[in-house]
Amino acid sequence: MRLVIPLMITFVAGMIMILQFFVPATQSMGESLQEWYMIVASAAIFLGAVNLIQVHTHKIRFKLKNWKYSPVTIIGFSVMILTGLFLGIEPGRPFDYMFSQMMVPMGATMFSLLAFFVASAAFRAFRASNWRATLLLVSAFVVMLGRVPIGTMIWDRIPLISEWIMQVPNLAGQRAVMIGAAMGMVATSLRMIFGIERSYLGGAD
Amino acid sequence: MRKILFVLPLLIFTGVLFAQSSGITSDENGDCFIQSLTAEDARNDAGGNIDIKWMVATDAVIPDSMILERFDSGGVWSPISTILPANGRKTDANLENGQEYSYRIVPFYGGVAETASETAAAIPGKQWIHTGRIGMLVILTLISLAVFYYIEQGKRGKDLYIRRIAGLTAVEDAVGRATEMGRPVLYIPGIMDMDDIQTIASMVILSRVAMKTAEYGSSLLVPTCRSVVMSVAQETVKESYLQMGRPDAFHKESINYITDDQFGYAAGVDGIMVRQKPAAIFMLGTFYAESLILAETGRSVGAIQIAGTAMPSQIPFFIAACDYTLIGEELFAASAYLSKEPKLLGSLRGQDVAKLFFMIVIVLGVLSATIGEAWEPATKVADFLKTITRVE
Amino acid sequence: MATFLEKLGNIDRRIIFIMMALAVIIPLSIRMSLPIPIGEGPSKDMYDAVEALPSGSRVLLSFDYDPSTMPELQPMAIALVQHLMTKDIKIVSMALWPMGVSLGNEALIAVSDSLGREEYVDWVNLGYKTGGGVLIVRLGSDIKSVFPVDYDGNPVDDMPVMDGVNKLGDFEMIISLSAGDPGVPAWVMMAGDRYNIPIGGGCTAVSAPQFYPYLSTGQMIGLLGGLKGAADYETMVRIGVENAPAGTATPGMAAQSVAHLVIMIFIILGNISYLAGKKKKGRVK
Repeated sequence: MRLVIPLMITFVAGMIMILQFFVPATQSMGESLQEWYMIVASAAIFLGAVNLIQVHTHKIRFKLKNWKYSPVTIIGFSVMILTGLFLGIEPGRPFDYMFSQMMVPMGATMFSLLAFFVASAAFRAFRASNWRATLLLVSAFVVMLGRVPIGTMIWDRIPLISEWIMQVPNLAGQRAVMIGAAMGMVATSLRMIFGIERSYLGGAD
Repeated sequence: MRKILFVLPLLIFTGVLFAQSSGITSDENGDCFIQSLTAEDARNDAGGNIDIKWMVATDAVIPDSMILERFDSGGVWSPISTILPANGRKTDANLENGQEYSYRIVPFYGGVAETASETAAAIPGKQWIHTGRIGMLVILTLISLAVFYYIEQGKRGKDLYIRRIAGLTAVEDAVGRATEMGRPVLYIPGIMDMDDIQTIASMVILSRVAMKTAEYGSSLLVPTCRSVVMSVAQETVKESYLQMGRPDAFHKESINYITDDQFGYAAGVDGIMVRQKPAAIFMLGTFYAESLILAETGRSVGAIQIAGTAMPSQIPFFIAACDYTLIGEELFAASAYLSKEPKLLGSLRGQDVAKLFFMIVIVLGVLSATIGEAWEPATKVADFLKTITRVE
Repeated sequence: MATFLEKLGNIDRRIIFIMMALAVIIPLSIRMSLPIPIGEGPSKDMYDAVEALPSGSRVLLSFDYDPSTMPELQPMAIALVQHLMTKDIKIVSMALWPMGVSLGNEALIAVSDSLGREEYVDWVNLGYKTGGGVLIVRLGSDIKSVFPVDYDGNPVDDMPVMDGVNKLGDFEMIISLSAGDPGVPAWVMMAGDRYNIPIGGGCTAVSAPQFYPYLSTGQMIGLLGGLKGAADYETMVRIGVENAPAGTATPGMAAQSVAHLVIMIFIILGNISYLAGKKKKGRVK
């Protein structure tokens, strides 16, 4: 009985979504479900915020390992929320200032780490150990050169070869992965809608 | 007389049907700038919409502007939109199903309204089958039948072979290694919400990994990027611990929400990796540009890393930085592989048969389209395949 | 004792990081510039598709990114808005990512002020709503019920730019600048495929390969991939425009060129070390 209700909800919601895709007359049912999801997703933001506070106050209270980072998190979280709520979010306000002068550069910094990690991963991974690895290495060189102006300066056909690699072999590989994954998605969805896969509910045999 | 009484309702019924299906078309008006105006019930919708199309004369004086009007229930013509003096189409939305609506177009010359076009009318209604998706319905039915057939075969005890997937075989070793080293297992379920099928698949694998950590007694950390995922992960892990008879070992706070922000999350998880030094890291779900940032940091702390995603652009990064990578569909096969449940294995076989079907369709399509270049009839096969696989 | 060549293969990654940092900092500091060649490709297709839109058309521009990917996507946003506004195309913008709204607003206000365009008449920013793909499906049937007011809280019904815009089908084109999900794939599947609306997009360089299948099937009309896509678009928009302001992507391409060369040099060094080690092993056997 503990599993029956969630399984029934999954089945009914799944069937409604499939039905509304093929039967236009039932679209309103699907739209209602989608609205519910949007409401649940919006409400869940508070759930996350509460959990964040709970976890970090717990760490501070019991002085758990690395607890000194937790006040930073709580202060940062509170300052952003309170300034936004009481002083507004319009340009020129403290919230906007913190967003553009702190959030933006910090986010960009994290993203730019990718350049360093790509370099070290490429250095490690691209070894001409056999003919297939060599082919991969040569393709990588052509694409890297083709994506920057210096490639054209070396040979004006490099961008064309690079584009061909992207449009033909890359595309074929991408499609194969996508089609395989799509089949997996359909099968997983069917397993869940029909209650065959229930391990996520603690119902594994 | 009886015959007339019999035929009259039939005529009315046919008339209504005709109006519903194809709409009522105005006559061509040679004198007017508007040559034809048609209105018809919008196709494949839930009702309430009428498609209006008009064509203009090429040899008449072009008006300054035109207004599309609807004859409303109050008995007056009211404007619904200003339209360009050229051929065009518009959908009139939010109408009442089953009620007839008439339309006309009024041209304006120098700000003065001239004779309106002929009227066109239609009755909006809802459709019970989406004609542009019938091919997909057939394909989905075939896939479902294949999946259910092999699930049944699995249930009956038929031996179903599944090839070895190194990344999944290593799950037990990874958890065992973490236990030996006395370090935690870090499980990252991607950065997407629960409406993403990869996150759902990840939760299914999480339940299996949690069973192993419960069995081995190692600690499990699950930082999440979405609060709904956090709730689901907490329930999933709790159930796994319960099932393994270790509810005491379940710590709710080790499954926590970090932030919705993509790189804020990456920074938070990197911090956990550097501070807690997990011995095993699982990255299973939907990943974007943060994949390599996470995988390289995980590698730098010496963890054994098992990654899996159906995001084609992130797979190369995982392959470069992780010990094992589940590629695309392997992520969705993980639950069946780890549990070896006949029902789940059966569904994998069904999935493979469906894939074979698509491979045949692709090969047939390519061949027929190529041969069609030289031999015309072959293109009919390609066109047929295109029709059945097209989705509107 | 390991030889120099063998050590080269296990070079400390911090050295690679320092070299990468220098490869980016130096070209940017000395304002190194390289010409951006524009050839056939997804960037050009994107430009041509926008160029083909008649004046007065309506385009939905979705800012589906956040500050972290701003260096790649914001120059695209500015160049696209500039192109659209120069051609007198009405822009209705929105965001599937919460922080995309303010970033989009910055681009819209900056370009609109420089070209003398009017908010609510020539463009409007509807703001952010949660829901991703689900939200797009809802926009397909009724935009004004999802966004009854714009980002500033003004009712959209009263805005001239929203006149005749009731659902996604009323747009001539949708462009999504996307750093992940929800983004381009959601727009292609939920809007492009369902309502037959041309979809264009911009994305980070690491995500670009995954969108090539959509380009080849015609599900996308064009794609701006990473800084290169942004620089291509900036260059194309600037052609024939006198005193056009310089974008931020074009100068970045010189730094990217040098960074790519540095990565290639490291890969070559790694392979020399690998081959030397292999040769040595062969001799030992």
